[in-house]
Amino acid sequence: MAGPATIPDEAVPALPRGVKFREDKARGRHVLLGPERIFEADPVATEILKRIDGVTTFKGMLTQLTELFTADEATIRPDVEALLLDLKDKQMVTL
Amino acid sequence: MSETLLDHRPTPDQAAALRPQPPLGLLAEVTHRCPMRCTYCSNPLQLDPKSMELDTDTWKRVFSEAVELGVIHLHMSGGEPTARRDIVELMRHAAEVGLYTNLITSGIGVSEEKLDALIDAGCDHIQLSMQGADEAITERVGGYKGGFERKQAFARAVVERGVPLTLNAVIHRMNIHQVPDMIEKAVAFGAKRLEIAHTQYYGWALKNRAQLMPAREDVDRTIHEVETARERLKGTLVIDAVFPDYYARYPKLCNGGWGTRTFSVTPAGKVLPCHAAETITHLDFWNVRDHSLAETWYDGPAFTAYRGTGWMKEPCLSCERKHVDLGGCRCQALALTGDAAATDPVCVKSPLHESIGEMATMEAAVAEPGTATYRGFRAG
Repeated sequence: MAGPATIPDEAVPALPRGVKFREDKARGRHVLLGPERIFEADPVATEILKRIDGVTTFKGMLTQLTELFTADEATIRPDVEALLLDLKDKQMVTL
Repeated sequence: MSETLLDHRPTPDQAAALRPQPPLGLLAEVTHRCPMRCTYCSNPLQLDPKSMELDTDTWKRVFSEAVELGVIHLHMSGGEPTARRDIVELMRHAAEVGLYTNLITSGIGVSEEKLDALIDAGCDHIQLSMQGADEAITERVGGYKGGFERKQAFARAVVERGVPLTLNAVIHRMNIHQVPDMIEKAVAFGAKRLEIAHTQYYGWALKNRAQLMPAREDVDRTIHEVETARERLKGTLVIDAVFPDYYARYPKLCNGGWGTRTFSVTPAGKVLPCHAAETITHLDFWNVRDHSLAETWYDGPAFTAYRGTGWMKEPCLSCERKHVDLGGCRCQALALTGDAAATDPVCVKSPLHESIGEMATMEAAVAEPGTATYRGFRAG
């Protein structure tokens, strides 16, 4: 199933049951975990995934990330969108 | 962001030269007791009796040590793990210390109350075994009457509670004709994932190989059936498939490499590089009662024995694929050649390659292969 090409501002990203975002202390990184699956989050992905709480909207996440990275939203939006859509296809995020 | 399931394997050269990476997964066989008596069971022929099982506190310590060591996924298995009275307490501890918990169960004898308690304790994912797509085959394969109905009810109970469910169907001669039906059942049950796992011949499955080995044309048909279903069910059901290696050209990278990604702990506390490793009887397996998991993983003699490529001889030693499959499976090498350091005889470069394929073909061609031995504490 192909996901939508864009994410509406009001969408609320959430982790489905069975998916967990954790610090992996032994390897000094963060990981997104599912059954039989481990996705390593790089530092940017970590900041994005940290903000998925099932309450904050996509727009809200973008606002926080523009402050954090001191970049404008137009620059950040495509990357965040691409990551979330990819994870949605893998059934590791709901939108 | 990258998928690290395979990426984080050190190359064998690194493994030989450097301290190995910490393990990602632990298969905890908390008991060998099980209501089912599956003919394909991967447990050893010599099962650990209840009297030898680790106690609650020791398992809790093992889970705490596993997290410290770097383990991410815990596979709580057996036997039937829920046969332990303390299973909820063990699950709760594992979840509290931060492991991602996967319960591997037959679904038999697990009441809805027990299921609720396990989920409340932090069970993240449930994997249910499936012996057949109907009552008759399930009973014939698993030696347990009424199993299919119970499994169906259990699957529905898991899905109703919103916990992700994987069905694990081990495929062999007795049920290979039911692969399309199993796919349909997985969809009907509401499973998110289905493993179509052709039998690997260890433990009881090796003992019953003559009754379990499927014909090559039947295996080929299931490959096609799985591919077609995968396409049709995209977004509904993920299907992972493992095919039997006796008919393969190259061996499997067993367990992601010996002492590289995962390990097992037996009911009695032995720490194994893979669940079948006890068949290599000359190895010295350390026990969690005597050594920490970290000591055992990094320096235990059973782990260093076949880690990396230092143990290899020809044809593995000069093989261009030695970094790809690490010589295949050590247990299979021992079982079929008598030498655990030989190349896996499934490999086209093994002098035994052709005879392995012929043996499988001949076994599969026997019209009446006799009766398989049901798994049990005395029948080994």
